[in-house]
Amino acid sequence: MVEWTNYERATIKDIFAKLDYDSVGPAALSRCLVVYPWTQRYFSKFGNLYNAAAIMGNPNVAKHGKIILHDLERGVKNMDNLKETYADLSVLHSEKLHVDPDNFKLISDCLTIVVAAQMGKAFTGEVQAALQKFLAAVVSALGRQYH
Amino acid sequence: MLSKKEKELIADIWESLTPVAEDIGADALLRMFASYPGTKTYFSHLDISPRSAHLLSHGKKIVLAIAEGAQDIGQLTVTLAPLQTLHAYQLRIDPTNFKLFSHCMLVALACHMGEDFTPVAHAAMDKYLSAFAAVLSEKYR
Repeated sequence: MVEWTNYERATIKDIFAKLDYDSVGPAALSRCLVVYPWTQRYFSKFGNLYNAAAIMGNPNVAKHGKIILHDLERGVKNMDNLKETYADLSVLHSEKLHVDPDNFKLISDCLTIVVAAQMGKAFTGEVQAALQKFLAAVVSALGRQYH
Repeated sequence: MLSKKEKELIADIWESLTPVAEDIGADALLRMFASYPGTKTYFSHLDISPRSAHLLSHGKKIVLAIAEGAQDIGQLTVTLAPLQTLHAYQLRIDPTNFKLFSHCMLVALACHMGEDFTPVAHAAMDKYLSAFAAVLSEKYR
């Protein structure tokens, strides 16, 4: 189990309290599809992903981005029990969606960058480290049920 | 693979950052030390506390080298030749650390540029920094 300091708990809750889920989720997912185009392989049913503009304006991408962020919120509310919190999603991504777990790190890096751009100077090195630790723990939980 | 447009975008961004080279460089380094404490082991001979003279001068050096490379990306192997030798034979920094630094540089850019750090700029920059790191480690073995 991951050990969290008081600073980390407070910082994670603070970051997510200030996020506009409906814009950050879509921004992170669409950024991932632009920066790491091979991730588009999992979204062939989403319609037009032909170029950056198409991706950023794609309503299916936006919808899915919001879902992802709301699912991340579950982790924020259950930081001491991430493995169980994400067990079902882990099975889904492995058995049904067949997503290479290395991709989880890619989207989490994109989310970090989106949050950084929003928070500007307030996104200090310490805040970044806390967010990255949380996202790494979520990524690990999501990979747990793969076999 | 960097398109002509991407190369121009990268050159423009780094040119605009040259005046704040030491701030961006120091910021990226501090972020790396905070998130990846193992990277501090390469700096035991320097004072890397925030705003220290060593940190600022080192950050500046790194950003200016990245900016210089950006002015003619096709010539990276030529431009970086002396730095290749330095990193391979003297500094011998494990190249996995270049990835960590590049990530922190992207975060520093995002904080600095906000909305202007668009997904397209981010993609181009990520590609450039990966190419830069690859060239830097070419003489390792």
